Amino acid sequence: MTDTTSLAEKLTAHFKDTISGCETDRDQITLVVSPSHLLSTCEALRDEDDFSFSQLVDLCGVDYSTYGQVDWATEETTATGFSRGRNKTSVSINNEQRFAVVYHLLSIKHNHRLRLRCYLPEENPTLASVTEVWSSANWYEREAYDMFGILFEGHPDLRRLLTDYGFIGHPFRKDFPLEGNVEVRYDPDQERVVYQPVTITNRVLVPRVIRDDHRYIPDEEPSDA
Amino acid sequence: MPEIRNMTMNFGPQHPAAHGVLRLILEMDGEVIERADPHIGLLHRGTEKLAESKPFNQSIGYMDRLDYVSMMCNEHAYVMAIEKLLGVTPPLRAQYIRVMFAEITRILNHLMWLGAHGLDIGAMTVFLYCFREREDLMDCYEAVSGTRMHATYFRPGGVYRDLPESMANYKASKWHNKEEAKRLNNNREGSLLDFISSFTERFPGCVDDYETLLTDNRIWKQRTVGIGVVSKERALQLGFTGPMLRGSGVEWDLRKKQPYEVYDKLNFDIPVGTEGDCYDRYLVRIEEMRQSNHIIRQCVDWLQQNPGEVILDDHKLTPPAREEMKGDMESLIHHFKLFTEGYCVPEGEVYVPVEHPKGEFGIYLISDGANKPYRVKIRAPGFAHLASMAEMVKGHMLADVVAVIGTQDIVFGEIDR
Repeated sequence: MTDTTSLAEKLTAHFKDTISGCETDRDQITLVVSPSHLLSTCEALRDEDDFSFSQLVDLCGVDYSTYGQVDWATEETTATGFSRGRNKTSVSINNEQRFAVVYHLLSIKHNHRLRLRCYLPEENPTLASVTEVWSSANWYEREAYDMFGILFEGHPDLRRLLTDYGFIGHPFRKDFPLEGNVEVRYDPDQERVVYQPVTITNRVLVPRVIRDDHRYIPDEEPSDA
Repeated sequence: MPEIRNMTMNFGPQHPAAHGVLRLILEMDGEVIERADPHIGLLHRGTEKLAESKPFNQSIGYMDRLDYVSMMCNEHAYVMAIEKLLGVTPPLRAQYIRVMFAEITRILNHLMWLGAHGLDIGAMTVFLYCFREREDLMDCYEAVSGTRMHATYFRPGGVYRDLPESMANYKASKWHNKEEAKRLNNNREGSLLDFISSFTERFPGCVDDYETLLTDNRIWKQRTVGIGVVSKERALQLGFTGPMLRGSGVEWDLRKKQPYEVYDKLNFDIPVGTEGDCYDRYLVRIEEMRQSNHIIRQCVDWLQQNPGEVILDDHKLTPPAREEMKGDMESLIHHFKLFTEGYCVPEGEVYVPVEHPKGEFGIYLISDGANKPYRVKIRAPGFAHLASMAEMVKGHMLADVVAVIGTQDIVFGEIDR
């Protein structure tokens, strides 16, 4: 792998007007692009000799609406404790940045990788399609549409990909229940498979907790001790 | 003149050559494919969403069930992603064990691929040959993990346990009489490493056997040469990785280019094709089996000489030994906390790819600091390959669709996730 810092410097120098952030974490570079600049940035990343990201390795949606939320308080005491059967969904912390589309690019020529992120609002998340830039985006965008309801403008054939024919909802959104909304069974009277509301409930066996673990905090200031 | 219309044909989802549950809608002009539209998702289980609701370690088992013919390679990417977020490195012996099993898995996968691909396009015998060797490798899986397929053997911080000192033996039964059982047990007297070592000595000869059946076979060449040709540029555009990319002549292998674990200490070659057709991809995979065998050989030699720890001694991350737990209060607490709550992973995001037998298998992991992942995205190599199906089969005959499905090494567990 080539040096990530020099690539990061080149990226910030080249895209200083269009990107809203460039950070390196654990040797991986993330570029944050605003939706309006996405297409031009992608084309430059593919065609500029310094970058030549010839491959779009991965494209996926992310729903940030419950980021950092936990089931169980670990810092203070509560009167109720944790109920295993409970169904919590308090969605949306930041409507303007609820969704993100994340692109993973690979440059065969220079042997480096890059992550590109585009935040999208909760209302009508729409983004330009990059199928013209990389053909592999076709199915990835269909999947992101299917799972998160993110629309890609200019996509040649934006149909659902993984879910059932006639499926309603976008299952990987955080407000979509894990057990789903409908289930199927064979109805002997009608002699066909019928849909019905789910009869199972979700049991959370292990509550989601966040604990401060000082061992894994990256050493910002080398301690004097 | 009578009107001639294209015929729309439905292929699958229940079709033996569809390698699982692929539904293809084919628009045909006579016997020539005009358009192909794969319908996938019949095996969609929502692995990524399920992983969000479970502590990190409990999802390792789900990884086995993604690409269910190369189980440990899937685990490998997931486990390395967690390790990268935590910033821990497993002991060297664990890394060698992982690499050895990753290569065993590669052979397992390629054997399955070769057998099924051969069967699909009319070579029955090679299937039986391949499964003979697969059986031995499955026994290796069983020896280390207790199961033949869904091993859950790799753990963050190392591997579940050290390689066993003995192999399970065959007993005389109504299927194997005494002499036959004795013959089968010939190389099972020693440790697992001895067994693998004897396998690596035998295996190149087996690959020669497969090659005598296929490589110069006239029918095999008629079915594969010039079928499903993909140029270098298109292969990159379409997101091809692994043997599919190398078959098109791009020299790219993560084990060489972005080495992880101990691959940079091992000696092996990367085969590359020239034409980008089904036959080249066949040759690439055959040579990969030989190279994997070579890697396993080197790992066995190293492992035999270097005993040691196989998992980190950090009980915030890995469970303490059972005996310790019975006598030591702190170990008991560690054990309890690990199995009821798991461990918290620091906030951040990583993308960790491995060179999976089918291509680049990547895990994109976002953690918000909790004991469960915030988002797991599985980058399955087969997904990008199948997406190119329409382009690869256009203009070919119906029978070539089967050859293209075969050459893409489709497994639905990973495509549908």
